Amino acid sequence: MVLDSHKLIAASGESGDRVQFTEYIQKNVALYQFRNGIPLTTAAAANFTRGELATALRKVSILNPYFVNILLAGYDKETGPSLYYIDYIATLHKVDKGAFGYGSYFSLSMMDRHYHSGMTVEEAIDLVDKCIMEIRSRLVVAPPNFVIKIVDKDGAREYAWRESVKDAAVASA
Amino acid sequence: MMMQIFEYNGSAVVAMVGKNCFAIASDRRLGVQLQTIATDFQRISKIHDRVFLGLSGLATDAQTLYQRLVFRHKLYQLREERDMKPETFANLVSALLYEKRFGPYFCQPVIAGLGDEDKPFICTMDSIGAKELAKDFVVAGTASESLYGACESMFKEDMEPEELFETVSQALLSSVDRDCLSGWGGHVYVV
Repeated sequence: MVLDSHKLIAASGESGDRVQFTEYIQKNVALYQFRNGIPLTTAAAANFTRGELATALRKVSILNPYFVNILLAGYDKETGPSLYYIDYIATLHKVDKGAFGYGSYFSLSMMDRHYHSGMTVEEAIDLVDKCIMEIRSRLVVAPPNFVIKIVDKDGAREYAWRESVKDAAVASA
Repeated sequence: MMMQIFEYNGSAVVAMVGKNCFAIASDRRLGVQLQTIATDFQRISKIHDRVFLGLSGLATDAQTLYQRLVFRHKLYQLREERDMKPETFANLVSALLYEKRFGPYFCQPVIAGLGDEDKPFICTMDSIGAKELAKDFVVAGTASESLYGACESMFKEDMEPEELFETVSQALLSSVDRDCLSGWGGHVYVV
């Protein structure tokens, strides 16, 4: 979902936790902007998200996490684009490429082979399409439809859909 | 996941003493059980110019613990107007870990620093804060058994910084090569 004008959050995992947690982060990021007049940087938003996950992890003194894995992408005017990998037990790492779930086994390998820094948008979409093709052909439980969203200096937005099962449109967050 | 919680992310950290210097090194792999997520993960952090902390074990707890320790050290710096001695810092880490005795941080810290008169200090502790001081080297992580062997055979007393760097690097690399959960190069700090 769109976190703010220049940030995207992709979440996978337990459906209740996923919606609850990402909406909570989204509202808190907005609150910061209202209170302080400037938006959070991507790094700050990532660290805030990690902090919330880490706090929830030990709240009842035993492992009780939000079962949500997150990839947080953003564009900052000073530092450019960045991507953060945050898993459900609050491990935070800044990465160039990331993936979660069963499809990650195929996507990560695809990206290891074809990714290089300084790719153009066209090359990146091409790589994403390659990953989607791999998932579609290799994963038994492959989802039929994909959405591609993008963040750049002009903001965060939906870029394209890759649908193989045209269904009634699902309302997006 | 509970049974192998120390092996969940994979790690290897080693610290060695030299002549008025110390070296601390770690591997660079961040994994989720058998899948590698990143090959540039930093396990060693500088607390101040003369104290370094390496945290092996579960990455999330290592990050939380690091943030709490930096906070406590900054507070100490504001109150005492000086940096913490490595022995004091080790006591702080030990106390913080034992606070969580019945719901511990799944980390094994390695602390390396230069005390008064540039006397090197190294120590490690288990996840509930039992300190292990050593005069030569300390190890932690999934590759710790290999590291013990490699360090024991390669270590010499009073090595100069250049030789210490070589020794630590070789010990680390040869040990992580035999451990599938750690590796992908190393970060070495010599002070």
